[in-house]
Amino acid sequence: MKLIIAFIKPFKLEEVRDSLKAVGVTGMSVSDISGFGRQRGQTEVYRGAEYEVEFVPKVRLEVILTDELAGPAVAAIESAAHTGEIGDGKIVVVAVEDVVRIRTGERGADAV
Amino acid sequence: MDSGDAAWVLTSAALVLFMTPGLALFYGGMDRTRNVLNMLMMNFWCLLIIPIVWAVVGFSLAQSGDGAFLGNLDKTFLRGLGITGEDGGSALLTVIFLGMFAVITPALISGAVADRMKFSAWAIFAPVWLLLVFVPVFKWVYGGWIGDRGALDFAGGTAIHVNAGIAALAAVLVLGKRKGWPSQGHPPHSMPLVMLGTGILWFGWFGFNAGSALAANGQAVQAFMNTFLAAAAAGLSWGFVEKLRDGHFTNLGVASGIVAGLVAITPGAGFVAGMSPIWIGLATGVICSYAVALKTKAGYDDALDVVGVHFVGGLVGSLAVGLFADPEFFGGEFLAGAFFGGGFELLVEQFLGNGATIVYSFVVTTLIMLALKATIGVRVDEKVEDSGLDLAEHAETAYSSGSATLAGH
Repeated sequence: MKLIIAFIKPFKLEEVRDSLKAVGVTGMSVSDISGFGRQRGQTEVYRGAEYEVEFVPKVRLEVILTDELAGPAVAAIESAAHTGEIGDGKIVVVAVEDVVRIRTGERGADAV
Repeated sequence: MDSGDAAWVLTSAALVLFMTPGLALFYGGMDRTRNVLNMLMMNFWCLLIIPIVWAVVGFSLAQSGDGAFLGNLDKTFLRGLGITGEDGGSALLTVIFLGMFAVITPALISGAVADRMKFSAWAIFAPVWLLLVFVPVFKWVYGGWIGDRGALDFAGGTAIHVNAGIAALAAVLVLGKRKGWPSQGHPPHSMPLVMLGTGILWFGWFGFNAGSALAANGQAVQAFMNTFLAAAAAGLSWGFVEKLRDGHFTNLGVASGIVAGLVAITPGAGFVAGMSPIWIGLATGVICSYAVALKTKAGYDDALDVVGVHFVGGLVGSLAVGLFADPEFFGGEFLAGAFFGGGFELLVEQFLGNGATIVYSFVVTTLIMLALKATIGVRVDEKVEDSGLDLAEHAETAYSSGSATLAGH
């Protein structure tokens, strides 16, 4: 089992969601976050004073899936979130020890 | 100048001014987080540029003289509008009061062009549209050929809402659709802002309608009552359409109904009485709740439903005057509506006045937008549309964590 965490540009969320559904992913969680990587922050101006805002809006996407689905899902996110511009984000794949579906008590791959 | 009249009209003018920030919040809440400041600024831009244009030339062209189609230049730069003469400043008071209407009319259009119009293009569009479209139509209706024929428009159903509503349609046809529309839907980002804006609009609309009596008199009282009732009735009927049709009684449905009802009672506020505002409001809420779905069917991206609410609501209300106008109640010398013994003469005039406004406004607005498109361009870059207009156009963001470094420190 794998946990995929992707940091993407906010306006790409719909495309990424649709491409994940297309490869068979049935659920995901998203959160609005702020962060920075290599992308420069943004400059905002208030009453003439320039502010360097390093933390820019991003969306964090988390998907738990089976090992077989992980490859296609990563590829789906990669192509849907790609613009070629700096700041497109990152995809992290983490091995998952166990998963529990709270309602039924199912464990492991059955709970994915 | 009667001091009571002056006090009421000055108060009303301030109420109408407050409607533009209210409209900005109403629209801003329906917009997305990354474009809300651009929406607010499109409205505030009207509060900045229109008063100047109005005082310099707009008022004179819209009201000075007896022309059937356009005013003259006699009162440009506020010439001759003193406070020591015989009128004691009442002409100046008219410039103030009508100036507030001039501010909000182009601002109404901003809701349609949301999320994708270049701010520089909007900055030019608003004053140019005021002079080429609002000013002549205003003269036709108030002191020109439409009014002279007998058509009624108490506070600006034809001159303001139908006019701006059809202009919004023309503008978005040139501008094109938002990226991702209609599949992504673009739901409102802050319903509390929408509700606050709705409340401010309703509050301000008492000045808009009851102030348009231009006196503290019985007609103002009835216009106030009509404004009270029609908004409530339309909010109710839109809300219940959604409850029965879609399953829930929604905040956005009620807010849209209230605004549609306010729009619809505007042309008849000083001409209808009794239970008429309730009938007008109920009908408008139902009709507009279906009219807003037209854009998806017809494929024009009127982002925040300026056409469905202002154009359709204004037209319904204006035609309703042809049915409900009641000169006996007001002791006034105007044509009676069909339901009040007047036959269809008034209704025909209402059709004619609105028809001429629709054609003129649509054509000239299209030409203004095409001229802007051919010169400075009307649309932001696709990348700006993706990342949001707030940061790209105004270097500000509406909702930030507050974590930042002041440059040079």
